[in-house]
Amino acid sequence: MSRLPVRRFDALIIGAGGAGMRASLQLAEAGLSVAVLSKVFPTRSHTVAAQGGIGASLGNMSEDSWLWHMYDTIKGSDWLGDQDAIEYMCRMAPQVVYELEHYGMPFDRNADGTIYQRPFGGHSANFGEKAIQRACAVADRTGHAMLHTLYQRNVRARTQFFVEWMALDLIRDADGEVLGVTALEMETGEVMILEAKATMFATGGAGRIFAASTNAFINTGDGLGMAARAGVPLQDMEFWQFHPTGVAGAGVLITEAVRGEGGILLNSQGERFMERYAPNLKDLASRDIVSRSMDQEIKEGRGCGPHKDYVLLKLDHLGPEVINKRLPSIREIAIKFANVDPIREPIPVVPTIHYMMGGIPTNVHGQVVVPQGADPTVVVPGLYAVGECACVSVHGANRLGTNSLLDLLVFGRSAGNHVVSLNLSAQSHRPLPQDAGELSLARLARLDAATSGESVAEVAGDLRKSMQAHCGVFRNQQLLSEGVDKILELEARAQRTAIGDKSRTFNTARVEALELDNLIETAKATIYSAEARRESRGAQARSDYPARDDANWLKHTLWYRDGNRLDYKPVNLKPLTVDAFPPKARTY
Amino acid sequence: MKFRIYRYDPEKDAKPRFQEYDIALDPHDRMLLDALVRLKVVDDSLAFRRSCREGVCGSDAMNINGTNGLACITNLKTLKEPVELRPLPGLPVVRDLIVDMSQFFKQYHSIKPYLVNDEPPPERERLQSPEDRESLDGLYECILCACCSTACPSFWWNPDKFVGPAGLLNAYRFIADSRDRDLNDRLDNLEDPYRLFRCHSIMNCVDVCPKGLNPTRAIGNIKTMIVKRAV
Repeated sequence: MSRLPVRRFDALIIGAGGAGMRASLQLAEAGLSVAVLSKVFPTRSHTVAAQGGIGASLGNMSEDSWLWHMYDTIKGSDWLGDQDAIEYMCRMAPQVVYELEHYGMPFDRNADGTIYQRPFGGHSANFGEKAIQRACAVADRTGHAMLHTLYQRNVRARTQFFVEWMALDLIRDADGEVLGVTALEMETGEVMILEAKATMFATGGAGRIFAASTNAFINTGDGLGMAARAGVPLQDMEFWQFHPTGVAGAGVLITEAVRGEGGILLNSQGERFMERYAPNLKDLASRDIVSRSMDQEIKEGRGCGPHKDYVLLKLDHLGPEVINKRLPSIREIAIKFANVDPIREPIPVVPTIHYMMGGIPTNVHGQVVVPQGADPTVVVPGLYAVGECACVSVHGANRLGTNSLLDLLVFGRSAGNHVVSLNLSAQSHRPLPQDAGELSLARLARLDAATSGESVAEVAGDLRKSMQAHCGVFRNQQLLSEGVDKILELEARAQRTAIGDKSRTFNTARVEALELDNLIETAKATIYSAEARRESRGAQARSDYPARDDANWLKHTLWYRDGNRLDYKPVNLKPLTVDAFPPKARTY
Repeated sequence: MKFRIYRYDPEKDAKPRFQEYDIALDPHDRMLLDALVRLKVVDDSLAFRRSCREGVCGSDAMNINGTNGLACITNLKTLKEPVELRPLPGLPVVRDLIVDMSQFFKQYHSIKPYLVNDEPPPERERLQSPEDRESLDGLYECILCACCSTACPSFWWNPDKFVGPAGLLNAYRFIADSRDRDLNDRLDNLEDPYRLFRCHSIMNCVDVCPKGLNPTRAIGNIKTMIVKRAV
């Protein structure tokens, strides 16, 4: 038997951001015994930092349809998104937004009392004809309002939260069934097995593998690391979104809503350069295209500032009223982090790592699926993944702005419903394997015993620098091959880390050391997948293979930790009910 | 830059102590959190919470040179040296700059922090006029960092009985919502010598709120509503 104490639940959710709390709401309201673990108090999860809006074809501003939203999402994904999942998400979008409103979300309003919607990148009317207002917004604090609303509704439903608990490893039995996790209570240092009939990862992103990132410190890819160590492959990990507008030098996000409300990008010559790259949608083209255009401008010497290394985001022409009403936090951020008041001056911005399109492969019910024999989508029993850590795939090679919050709501809800449908309270727990928890105990024992070794902060810092240098906006074979070698060296160093702090009480050094293991898995998955994909699609831009290659690469990547093996599976080009959108050239 | 930081690890320290640090900062280090992250590289035993590093998650509230604030949006240039850092006052210290926030959240949970409306919802959104929505501005933006409640003497003396500025601000956020149908119960729940009326308008909460919110005004509005209801 295991050496660790055990607690039992019907269901376990790891992560209390938007996806985790949308799922837990379904479970708690259905009366299941569910535990939600989170490294931070739920309202501190990184969903809180989302700014611009939630995409849904409510049609409050002008005619809209889910089919147009679906087309925009597929085109945004550069045809790597699965069309069945995308149809499901876009059809569900209005319903999940209305639900949030009924929960009390303080959406901005139109004069007729309906929810205010703003334009956003890549969203269009009538299949690309012109920009459309589809992003349902709460000023520029949509994520904050959504996360707090979901937490509040969970308080009402009496969801049980385990706050400041870090999940360490998955427990799987000999048949591959997932039986729960090992977890560390940060305040006491106690390690436990949390046993469950269904385990759901909602652990968010992993932007902390890059040096310049909009992501929070907590975004260390814990779900990805746990999945990889348990033999689950990671999908499409080469696709990382650079958000066009991070504050230069600070990395803090400046929402696309600035451009949605009418802001524009300027180069050192004062030129609105997006008119050249995307004549139709201009500054509201999809993020991969705007980021690459900015990088191109900077490369060609038209960057601004003493080092010509950023471009300017101008919004003073919107006037103080619009800025204070619709973009108040942006003004605050610009003043605090860039020393400029956007009512008068433009904000210096650079493309900054923002979002991971890849993740743990799932179906629309959030069930984790892996290839087995001829079937590429066999369910891993007992395991679910939702939100940024999952790859359904609705974002394909490039996510549209506002579709991330939508993804959390739609798939958090559907995965929650699927778990409810299993009628878990009528089922018994399967026996834990003999070695349950041993992997986590070994990881902790190594850290406790090590008296000297590599510094966690230095290895993590070198990892971020290497990923930034070798896996940036533009990639090529030489950069990526060297990157693979560097990441492997860093993996070896990460196995020799030591921490000075041996206390059991709220040992944040230990937490950071454990997080490093997850960062390493995420970085390996990313660089191996990127090195192998010899084409440019969405966020993967290879200067040595500048064209999209549908004949050879219209397929999903799967990376396995064991031997860094790569496999591929087809993209689902068949929607649920409508005609397919076949791949075509992508212009905005 | 010189720092003087409150240290306490219950496993090692019989009582809290202060530790001095002198550290060379990088020109890119802008905020206090940048300095703390740098300090942690030198001394990994220094414990503090942090996450979003842009002032929206509320993790890194602490007492900075005697005033509560968020480390991530406190510019180093504004700080007098040695920068003295303490955990938020009035809450039990778990370790170093990390406090036990249970009491704070218990008070937040006590005000029914969710919309109450049992009417069957429409198929679409409930309608709300822009003016009704505007009355939530300055209320819904709370990040639950606890800077305000832990700067409030009334909360220090009665953390178990006084809801505190953060909880009361959130109570008013729902009272003020045109979609909420629980006004009377909400006021009943607060009509108490301690829960609401321990606020003596000292206004420390307003001074320290990193989001520029005004709990005292919200509390005043609730008091007025209770008084009016009695007439």
